[in-house]
Amino acid sequence: MTVRNLIKRSGPLILLVLLLPVLALFVPDFMGLRNLRGLMLSVTLVGTIAATMMLVLAMREVDLSVGSTVALSGVLTAVVIGATGSVGLGVVAGLAGGTLVGLFNGAVVAGLKVNSLIVTLATMEVVRGLAFLASGGESVAIPAESFYALGSGGFLGINWPIWVMLASFTGFGVLLNRTVFGRNILAIGGNPEAARLAGVPVTRVRITVFAVQGFVAGLAGIVLAARITSGQPNTSVGLELAVISACVLGGVSLSGGIATIGGVVVGVLIMGAAQNALNLLNVPTFYQYVVRGGILLIAVVADRLRQGGRLPTFRLRRSVAAPDGTSHA
Amino acid sequence: MTALEYAAVGKVFPGVVALDGVSFSVAPGEVRALIGENGAGKSTLLKILAGQYQPDSGTLLVDGTAQRFATPAESQAAGISIIHQELQLVPDLSVGENLMLGALPRRLGFVDRGELRRRAREILDRLGEPIDPDARLGDLSIGRRQMVEIGRALLRDARIIAFDEPTSSLSARETSRLMEIIEQLRRDGRAILYVSHRMEEVFALADSATVLRDGRHVLDAAPVSAADEGRLVSAMAGRTINDIYDWRARPHGPTVASIRGLSGPGLVAPVSLDLARGEVLGFFGLVGAGRSELFRLIFGAVPRTGGGVSINGADLPVDDPCAAIAAGLALLPEDRKADGIVPLASVQENVALAWRNRAGATPLLRDRLEATVTREQIAGMRVKAANTDVAISTLSGGNQQKAIIARWLMADARILLFDEPTRGIDVGARSEIYAHMYRFAEQGGSILFASSDMPEVLGVADRIVVMREGRISGILSRDEASPERLLRLALPDADASASAPADLRMPA
Repeated sequence: MTVRNLIKRSGPLILLVLLLPVLALFVPDFMGLRNLRGLMLSVTLVGTIAATMMLVLAMREVDLSVGSTVALSGVLTAVVIGATGSVGLGVVAGLAGGTLVGLFNGAVVAGLKVNSLIVTLATMEVVRGLAFLASGGESVAIPAESFYALGSGGFLGINWPIWVMLASFTGFGVLLNRTVFGRNILAIGGNPEAARLAGVPVTRVRITVFAVQGFVAGLAGIVLAARITSGQPNTSVGLELAVISACVLGGVSLSGGIATIGGVVVGVLIMGAAQNALNLLNVPTFYQYVVRGGILLIAVVADRLRQGGRLPTFRLRRSVAAPDGTSHA
Repeated sequence: MTALEYAAVGKVFPGVVALDGVSFSVAPGEVRALIGENGAGKSTLLKILAGQYQPDSGTLLVDGTAQRFATPAESQAAGISIIHQELQLVPDLSVGENLMLGALPRRLGFVDRGELRRRAREILDRLGEPIDPDARLGDLSIGRRQMVEIGRALLRDARIIAFDEPTSSLSARETSRLMEIIEQLRRDGRAILYVSHRMEEVFALADSATVLRDGRHVLDAAPVSAADEGRLVSAMAGRTINDIYDWRARPHGPTVASIRGLSGPGLVAPVSLDLARGEVLGFFGLVGAGRSELFRLIFGAVPRTGGGVSINGADLPVDDPCAAIAAGLALLPEDRKADGIVPLASVQENVALAWRNRAGATPLLRDRLEATVTREQIAGMRVKAANTDVAISTLSGGNQQKAIIARWLMADARILLFDEPTRGIDVGARSEIYAHMYRFAEQGGSILFASSDMPEVLGVADRIVVMREGRISGILSRDEASPERLLRLALPDADASASAPADLRMPA
């Protein structure tokens, strides 16, 4: 593999590799084990959902409802545990709630052929409303200590939320690369009509991917509820944008057909590391928004340049846009 | 004085010499044909003219002055217009807006609709096209859209107009309209560069011809009448091609597909047909006659509203491509780029797509098996690709088409619905594709193919169905078919049902 190809294929990774020593050098305590564990924990919510968002984006769709779904799932879990005293039933309720939201999104997008941006924008609002309705508008405490272990406990010295994220990365990475279903997702994202005519069950794949996304958002909501020991109807506002940002940072194409799980992992880590460093440096929150947006912008512009695009040359004369012909016959 | 001259123009891409010292010129009022197989360097020459590429050596002269266009805008400003194979228009804007895109008439800063409409109508009248300037461009046929593109060149008053395979998606009638218009442009004293694969057009239209092969000009025929077709074709191919169709009689088996009273969008009258095992059935008609629509209905890509399709006695569901594929059908669409390939994906991903999704396939990928089978198919189809991991969009049109055929052979399709098998494909690859079609039929497969290229239909089909305005207007055996008969059945103004000879079998 040539150097050029290496750069082309692992751009986000190079960014991370460059970023880490800089942070280690200039941010006190960044490289501490304690801090790194905190960093990992801080990206679990975004990371867990980014794996399924990758599938949605690769399919040339988008899902804006995940933040609201996280809130709904947490609230449902809290309410059901409160009412029945059963942690198991609570978890089932949270997962079912998330999956139903995803199924609904998928059915409307695939069955009625409505743009997923609009559909999930609508369900984002509706589901947030349902979360408030189910909770009575307030945070719902969870009266079951055993449930908290899911948030604070761990295995082999690694917290459960991190395990969940790792499982999500691994599982959906394998799904994307090693299964016909995963390759069908990329084919649909690359050219839906060609995929359909080649016998890809497009409707079924679309509905399934949205349902899986809903399920994972529900799972992430349950883990979050365990960490904060309550169901919060107003949690995770704007989460969907952080998740999409991480995917895009990781090289997932918003126009579908291109995605790698490695890229998404790196994207999640870059976002987390930057956020963590800003916190350690005591940068006020207001600046953090600016920095986060800036990183995303730089990353996508860099990506555009890497892919062989050129920065436009601005001229005073009016010019006609030309398609960038790359083939030569 | 020449309007346009290429003087020893060279262009090198990493690993490929695209152009190697090409020289020729076009005078005002001259139509020069530029012919050559895909990869011969025609597109690169046009892109240099368009300002998309810059030559690495040699000079491009416009009106005797050396020019080096850094951008398409500079090329246009020098009076050059290129009518591309893939039209550069905006489907959601009106015809008038497309005509004047980038230079909309304005009054007080707002678009002057009245002026826009007036000027659009004037240009469309000059082209003799009854197109409504307010119509949405995307609602027009491809032929009409191309007229709009030519209208744009006229509006800019381009003195040098290059056509890149303009007739590849036109019907016979639209093609003859285009010929008239090019004739008119020639009389106006414009210099025309005409890139085409179709020899009959070159002879009908061009004053002179330049043949390219592997980036060199290998033959200069001026006047074009001094050369014969065989000489041009063998110069293009570097070998002699006597008959690119090379049809041979094949035995047919029992009926494998039966279409009864099929109706749906795009069809005006129900269609009934039988297809025999080993049969190659050609569909001829003008663009818009309903051939593509019929294929999509048979396949279930568009829901059928009536009638049925049965394959080996089993009825297909009305709108389920997966079930059609399971029954052995395959649809190879007319617009390869839009409906056939997944452009970003590799050759293997594209070829294996249907195989992976065939009935009984495992949910887990079987990488090694898949790679092996793909390579076999690719080799069997003689697809030219560096390896199976390169993006399919880097392949030439002919190789993409062969890869799509390989997709269906790999998925074990028994009946191909092949829409415009050789659209935009050069002569050499065309005869290869015909050979693959025959071999498929010899091995017991059946083919329905649609083509606007009459010699192709006459040359390849065992039996010919002619369609006109959404209905079948005649079915001819190979022996009964002649260009005149096909045309008479295809043209809307001829009342075929009244004037057709009695020996034509008319559908019920």
